[in-house]
Amino acid sequence: MALLKLQINNRSYETDVEEDTPLLWVLRDNLGLVGTKFGCGIAQCGACTVHLDGEAVRSCTLPVSAVGKGKVTTIEGLSEKGDHPVQKAWDEIDVAQCGYCQAGQIMTAAAFLKKNPKPTDAQIVETMSGNLCRCGTYHRIREAVKSAASKTK
Amino acid sequence: MQNLEQTSRRNFLKIASAAGGGLFLGFNWANAAAVPVIVNPESLAAGAVNFNSFLTIGTDNIITIFSPNPEIGQGIKTAFPMIVAEELDADWTLVKTVQANLDSSKYERQVTGGSGAVPHSWERLRKAGATARYLLVEAASKRWNVPVSEITTEKGKIFHKSSGKSLAYGALAEEASKLTVPKEVKLKDEKSFTLIGQSVRNVDNKNIITGKPLFGLDFYREGMLFALIQRPKAFGLKLKSVDAEAAKKMPGIVNVVTFENSVAVVGKSTWQVKKARELLKIEYEKEFDLESSTDHNRIFKQLLDGGEATVRRKNGDVDAAFKNAAKVITAEYQCPFLPHSPLEPMNFFAHVREDGVELVGPTQTPDRARGEAAKITGFPPEKITVEITRQGGGFGRRLAADFAIEATHVSKLMKAPVKVIWTREDDMTGGTYRPAVRYRFEAALDKSGQMIGYKLRGVGMNAGNPTREDNFPSGAVDNLLIDSVDHKSPITTGPWRAPITNFLAYAEQSFLDEVAEAAGKDPVQFRLELLEKAKKAPVGEIKYDIDRMIAVIKLAAEKSNWGKKKGVHQGFSVYFSHRSYVAQVGEVIVEKGKPVLKNMIAAVDCGIVINKSGSLQQVRGGVVDGIGHAMYGNLTFKDGVPDQSNFNGFRLIRMNEIPEVDVHFVDNGISPTGLGEPALPPAGAAAANAFYRATKKRLRNQPFIEEEAFKNIS
Repeated sequence: MALLKLQINNRSYETDVEEDTPLLWVLRDNLGLVGTKFGCGIAQCGACTVHLDGEAVRSCTLPVSAVGKGKVTTIEGLSEKGDHPVQKAWDEIDVAQCGYCQAGQIMTAAAFLKKNPKPTDAQIVETMSGNLCRCGTYHRIREAVKSAASKTK
Repeated sequence: MQNLEQTSRRNFLKIASAAGGGLFLGFNWANAAAVPVIVNPESLAAGAVNFNSFLTIGTDNIITIFSPNPEIGQGIKTAFPMIVAEELDADWTLVKTVQANLDSSKYERQVTGGSGAVPHSWERLRKAGATARYLLVEAASKRWNVPVSEITTEKGKIFHKSSGKSLAYGALAEEASKLTVPKEVKLKDEKSFTLIGQSVRNVDNKNIITGKPLFGLDFYREGMLFALIQRPKAFGLKLKSVDAEAAKKMPGIVNVVTFENSVAVVGKSTWQVKKARELLKIEYEKEFDLESSTDHNRIFKQLLDGGEATVRRKNGDVDAAFKNAAKVITAEYQCPFLPHSPLEPMNFFAHVREDGVELVGPTQTPDRARGEAAKITGFPPEKITVEITRQGGGFGRRLAADFAIEATHVSKLMKAPVKVIWTREDDMTGGTYRPAVRYRFEAALDKSGQMIGYKLRGVGMNAGNPTREDNFPSGAVDNLLIDSVDHKSPITTGPWRAPITNFLAYAEQSFLDEVAEAAGKDPVQFRLELLEKAKKAPVGEIKYDIDRMIAVIKLAAEKSNWGKKKGVHQGFSVYFSHRSYVAQVGEVIVEKGKPVLKNMIAAVDCGIVINKSGSLQQVRGGVVDGIGHAMYGNLTFKDGVPDQSNFNGFRLIRMNEIPEVDVHFVDNGISPTGLGEPALPPAGAAAANAFYRATKKRLRNQPFIEEEAFKNIS
């Protein structure tokens, strides 16, 4: 066990965990940030996607010790009022069915659009194909990313 | 550890009291007449009245509606209150929906399955809303001393036009609650609906996009322990001995307990119990044969040729028809086992206390979870509560109660609140799969290309009856025999979205495409001719609505411009399941030598559409599900162990692999007939038939990707 300091959503957290614990489980079990979801545990589905220094990463395979001083953003911290352009697009286009994968989808999309604010359709599909949606809301995810892109500057 | 409260009755009471002590117009969802019971808010707030089924109108005009059925992504938590709000003439922006807990004294069918919630509750919900509206109008009539006939309602307000008076519902709630509840209430003319049929966003959108705790896996409780369970790795094994010494020594581990064939590692965090579980040393012994997929293929052949079959339907003289046939077409179709793969893995919370049991989690059948907990603990059902969380998909997997059984056992043994969590590997290798099935179809054609004989034998692995013997083309063929054989396998199976029809429809509608071709007929025309025949001269009992089926066929043909597109290979399919009718056209284009499924056109008759947005997505999602699993889904076995255990080995469809899905609803004013499943069954065949047109190779086995048509295509 080790006492670790983490920077998450512009707040400092301190937690006593084993160093190999994936960030996902620290967020969920230790810090009560359950918006980040467990889907596969092997970085295949993307439900656990968070930002580490702005990059979309799979928190289910990222040992917490590797986070270091990196700044973590989870779905809870993407925006203060839930009004990030991607979140707004997700609501407006009514993307979610069960909703379980959507935090990961939103985090993937938000990091992608920050780097590439004017993506082509093919780039959207390429990036978002990394995230599984078992309900099959892919058409609306694609539409929401496009919509968010058009509204980001 | 944080104590993250779910939307529970307790939370609801807070909302209710925050509403300022308005009056509670309760109604009993279970009662067909839906006669509201007036509930005094004080007694409710004091917890003296345990009503889960009611709508409330607060003095702040907030209308709260409880939704009793589990929400797994089918949109029921949005659709149900829409129906109530429609008849109530509520202001939708002031409606709050709350997930009800299990209460069988109030609700009749707290189940998510069979696409049955809206068909079952349609009248009840409308009456509930209409009755509340009636009471509000009565109250206004008394207060204003004007006749009821001069009063109108709109968007949460009551109007008396000639005097210009108006009041919001909240202002009349208290008076309304003191009036006598009518025995009968008039429902709206469906043509005057203003909310039903509109696009309404998912009521949980805001919580979903901001990552609020909604799902079973998000439920935490102070002092709660985490448990991972080691189940036998192969189907057919049973537990012999357990050495848990090493596991118990791991940090955070509280204990290792054993029940039935399961070994539970219990500790303080998910990761700790996961690591400790790997150190268990368990010996198993063989209880049943350890089956491999090669065994299944052999068994399929044996049982198709010589199995003792149960006759499901018989019309006319099949032997004579085949003897006299000008042409006989025979084909076999096979579908593999499939895991359900809801993205939220199985999990459940149980706290077995001295005075009762608390269960919390994602279940499609909360009543079943309670029943199982009662058996294990000896408590009567009234001492067991079940809180239903939002669920990260279900697809039938959560109709089982194994996770609730496990949580109850572990909590009982640990004398502590426990959450059992399944990893993805646990989920994928843990059973209750869609059964594997193989079909043999035979059709007899006369000289003119009429289908005079039809035979279907289904052989399943724990599939029960893998046919739907009364479905089309039954009723349209003079001589018909449908029978089935079941193999009892140690591999556990269960309902999987659109049980049986999710593979039967693919097989049957693909075979009919083969028959149409052999008869030299257009696939659409061939089906229409059969249906016309069934209408004019029905053979035996017909349990589907011929006209509704014809209507979706014609709509799909029209919307797809059937048979008239150049360079597009179209495939047709139509299916009746769960009371609804769906026809689909698949469109394949050959790009650089590779056949690509570009479009799916769906014509859907599910009766009145409640929520346009939810329904459109439900159909698209169903088509994507059907195509995805037909194309890629495969769970194979070696000595009783699944070969695939996670999404690296088991392939789910991704965004870059979906076709466009164009959806058209039939507008016929029929009361809703269900939509959670019916869009899925026809998808596989529409795609398979379109691929055939493009490649001239039939896709007679799922997954398609392993078939000849896709070999050597990068």
